Amino acid sequence: MIRFFATATHRMDPTSLFSFGWRHYLGGGLFIGAGVALLFVLTGLVGGMSTVFTSTWSYLTRQPYFQQERFVSSRGWRLVFAAGLVLGAFVWWVAFGPPQPLRTALPWWQLLAGGLLVGYGARLANGCTSGHGICGLGSLQLPSLLAVLTFMATAFATAQGVLRFAGSGA
Amino acid sequence: MTAAVAGSAAGTSRSSLLRGLAVLASGALFGFGLALSTMIRPEVVLGFLQWRDFGLMLVMGGAVVVTAAAYAIAPRLMRRPPLGDHFHHHVSLLNRPTLVGAAIFGIGWGLCGVCPGPAIAGLGTGNVDLLWALGGIALGALAQGWTARSQFQPASNP
Repeated sequence: MIRFFATATHRMDPTSLFSFGWRHYLGGGLFIGAGVALLFVLTGLVGGMSTVFTSTWSYLTRQPYFQQERFVSSRGWRLVFAAGLVLGAFVWWVAFGPPQPLRTALPWWQLLAGGLLVGYGARLANGCTSGHGICGLGSLQLPSLLAVLTFMATAFATAQGVLRFAGSGA
Repeated sequence: MTAAVAGSAAGTSRSSLLRGLAVLASGALFGFGLALSTMIRPEVVLGFLQWRDFGLMLVMGGAVVVTAAAYAIAPRLMRRPPLGDHFHHHVSLLNRPTLVGAAIFGIGWGLCGVCPGPAIAGLGTGNVDLLWALGGIALGALAQGWTARSQFQPASNP
């Protein structure tokens, strides 16, 4: 983690809330919001990102859960939306990114184990950072607010615990 | 997608093509924003969760404000979206699975710094390491659906 920060163009400034600057954060958030907004205005669809991980399984498994109408009827546009995410990030990479592909210093087992919990939890909760966080809060849903507060609390606790006990990411 | 175009035969392929392009362009804005905001870097997300940098609050805040405006205004200006059958709603229920699932999701997010959107978008920057997280999320979603089938009731579809 230290090595990652040291190679970043901006250095950490512990006195600042936004040690890497703030414009790209706010600009990125506005682009994300614009994507969700454009999807809704043009097609009426609500663009949370975790459902695609369930709806895509409906192509591969006959389990009744995955064959629910809400997954089968939306699996096509959800995959196109996911392809759009890859395309948009690719455009950013070509225009503004480093010449080499981005890498992640985290160990593979941490990504895999975290991913398993993220996938299971987000689908059980029927929403993730974008589903409850952006779409749910954007439509002023109280359950989504409670979901956001819950996952922020456990995420803070876990990340701080990992920092303290494993030293990973320190 | 199928529901919107099932009714009319003429002009169906053209409107479904336009609709697909609209979905793709919307996703591209979303993915560009995830990359620009550096949320596709797990290190940045973990730095936020470890309270070393609070930029992700600006990402979430900016996204929510724009989304809330669109969700509030569009249905008042148009009876139906130009490329869809009706305006959908995000359905969230206040129940045990929502809160338990959110808690589990947060533990995973705090462990790896990757959530579903960045796991997908990050591939556009050639970050193959994220395939571990992407595979984990896909298997987690499979496990959730698999274990939920005992409670699943076909009649309760929204």
